[in-house]
Amino acid sequence: MSVKEPVAVVGVGQTEHVAARHDVSIAGLVREAARRALDDAQLTWADIDAVVIGKAPDFFEGLMMPELYLADALGAVGKPMLRVHTAGSVGGSTALVASNLVAARVHRTVLTLAFEKQSESNAMWGLSLPIPFQQPLLAGAGGFFAPHVRAYMRRSGAPDTVGSLVAYKDRRNALKNPYAHLHEHGITLEKVQSSPMLWDPIRYSETCPSSDGACAMILTDRAGAARSPRPPAWVHGGAMRSEPTLFAGKDFVSPQAGKDCAADVYRQAGIADPRREIDAVEMYVPFSWYEPMWLENLGFAAEGEGWKLTESGATELDGDLPVNPSGGVLSTNPIGASGMIRFAEAALQVRGQAGEHQVDGARKALGHAYGGGSQFFSMWLVGAEPPSN
Amino acid sequence: MRDVAIVAFSQTDHRRSTEELSEVEMLMPVLHEVLEQTGLRTGDIGFTCSGSSDYLAGRAFSFTMALDGVGAWPPISESHVEMDGAWALYEAWVKLLTGEADTALVYSYGKSSPGPVRDVLTRQLDPYYLAPLWPDSVALAALQAQALIDAGEADEPALAAIAARSRSDAAGNPHAQLRGPRDQGEYLVRPLRTGDCPPIGDGAAGVVLAAGDKARELCERPAWIRGMDHRIEAHSLGVRDLTDSPSTRLAAERAGAFERPVDTAELHAPFTSQEVVLRKALDLDERVRVNPSGGALAANPVMAAGLIRLGEAAAAVHRGESERALAHATSGPCLQQNLVAVLEGEPHVG
Repeated sequence: MSVKEPVAVVGVGQTEHVAARHDVSIAGLVREAARRALDDAQLTWADIDAVVIGKAPDFFEGLMMPELYLADALGAVGKPMLRVHTAGSVGGSTALVASNLVAARVHRTVLTLAFEKQSESNAMWGLSLPIPFQQPLLAGAGGFFAPHVRAYMRRSGAPDTVGSLVAYKDRRNALKNPYAHLHEHGITLEKVQSSPMLWDPIRYSETCPSSDGACAMILTDRAGAARSPRPPAWVHGGAMRSEPTLFAGKDFVSPQAGKDCAADVYRQAGIADPRREIDAVEMYVPFSWYEPMWLENLGFAAEGEGWKLTESGATELDGDLPVNPSGGVLSTNPIGASGMIRFAEAALQVRGQAGEHQVDGARKALGHAYGGGSQFFSMWLVGAEPPSN
Repeated sequence: MRDVAIVAFSQTDHRRSTEELSEVEMLMPVLHEVLEQTGLRTGDIGFTCSGSSDYLAGRAFSFTMALDGVGAWPPISESHVEMDGAWALYEAWVKLLTGEADTALVYSYGKSSPGPVRDVLTRQLDPYYLAPLWPDSVALAALQAQALIDAGEADEPALAAIAARSRSDAAGNPHAQLRGPRDQGEYLVRPLRTGDCPPIGDGAAGVVLAAGDKARELCERPAWIRGMDHRIEAHSLGVRDLTDSPSTRLAAERAGAFERPVDTAELHAPFTSQEVVLRKALDLDERVRVNPSGGALAANPVMAAGLIRLGEAAAAVHRGESERALAHATSGPCLQQNLVAVLEGEPHVG
């Protein structure tokens, strides 16, 4: 017996993502995304019962608990407003917290939004405040993750060409997404492969940019979905999992928390064979090698086989398991919003609203986010049909 | 709606400074104690949620180390709000209402001692118009206090009486930072004297929630959450009536607080003047015991003080000292955001 109310995504809005949005304040940025989500749902501020907002560390903008100052810009005055922060997975977690408000029948229609205006500060320094007796992040996130990519290559025997294939694919996909930050019109595989080595084996063109941007969604109940002017995306499953950052038993290549999170989502959604049953994946891939790594972690490929899926072309936009048709985090990375963009893009796919980067006939899509030192995971699976249970 | 209760509560002894402890070290005993009360282990908990602020810790992602302290292995279902732990409890309550979990661990912590917290809190303000002026938290509270005095709703002796009552009550609270009567002291920012302001200190708190029969199993007399709601107001002080708190009133109404009188109220009022505002918004008269723990005037660990109000109210129910208690938490300058929960000794019938 399910006590939960089915949850539908009826509005999605994103800002234009660029390195520095000098044209808007932080309030202006979030309002742009929220306004577009409301327009998509053909709803007004008065239709919103609560606001759930997320972003990554407050040090990125130099503003403590910005939800207080943003209450007015997001039409939250007189309403409940929650602020979620789960490191890089926050965009996904924020959507799930909002989804639970509807599922628990506490509220009927909720605005959820995540943002980062990284140009206000410097993300590298925002992540590098030294604390005694703890290792600092080693020259940004790339320095932390590069050894784990090496470990993956050694463990799986993947040839060192796979990372560049992912980057080349995602940057080409981004050309079809008007909201993407990077639009590299002259991109070639050779250009990716000859870009400077930053953190061996991660090259410059295999890393995410630093973006300003926001993403918003309108979540609603069954009655709200019935009034939706456009096809809703239905939430079939959602979960969060966390594990400690550092301990002797941690598998940095394929963290147990990621496996458990995916398994929980598939169980809720009745997915037995993700490789066959899921039509599109929006995966959190800030460094190209994380595509084959997460393909294994999420159960799309057997251990050690993820790179073969990538190499076969299956994850291309016209492959049978398109991964990051939007261009992904590799093309757009406002950190706090990146997870929600994955969730929102998955919703756009099953609503048939993804424009030029639409996957033909997508009925079920997975949105995925992770954060910390591969420590926090959040995922949801959305479908074109309401959940059956 | 599912019946969900607070079944256990633990807190640190709040102190002016804990420089010999990291945040995790400060938190660990609280986590152990609150789990011990229920006999549950980390692996038995269905959902975990915490509240804290990077700005107090002085570093990004400060909560990630606290999670290591929880012992999240095998992996746990977990989330975090960059808010007072009262809102973490709210998120956990919603999670339990969905039926996806039957128990939840909620914790929060904050150390104000490493930096000048009055200055740190100015970073919460509108970054373009207000924060550059660095108006500190006491100065903003003083504006609110003066507005109350100007409106004829309080005077300095009335505020002093609130301070005296709170600190006297705190004498019976072994965790409080200021225990027993205090001198009102000099003006800090007129019209607020030292006695009208909270102590600056470090502390942590933990709560366990459980649903239905699980709650009855874990606690002899669970504190059932009859209702809970929170509301935010405009940020700018210039557009708000500082003598009133409509968000508190609305949250209380949605939480069912006005359906029947409460006998106890734990209010998160760090300044004496804010108790005046909250009493009015919540329609509390002298028959209600307000802040028998001493409240935030006796111990105000930022990010935990709101969760402690929920914990203290629940503990009063656990002990049989309250049948129906109200708990309140606040965030933002001059009571911008407010949460109200109603706790009862018996579950809601019908």
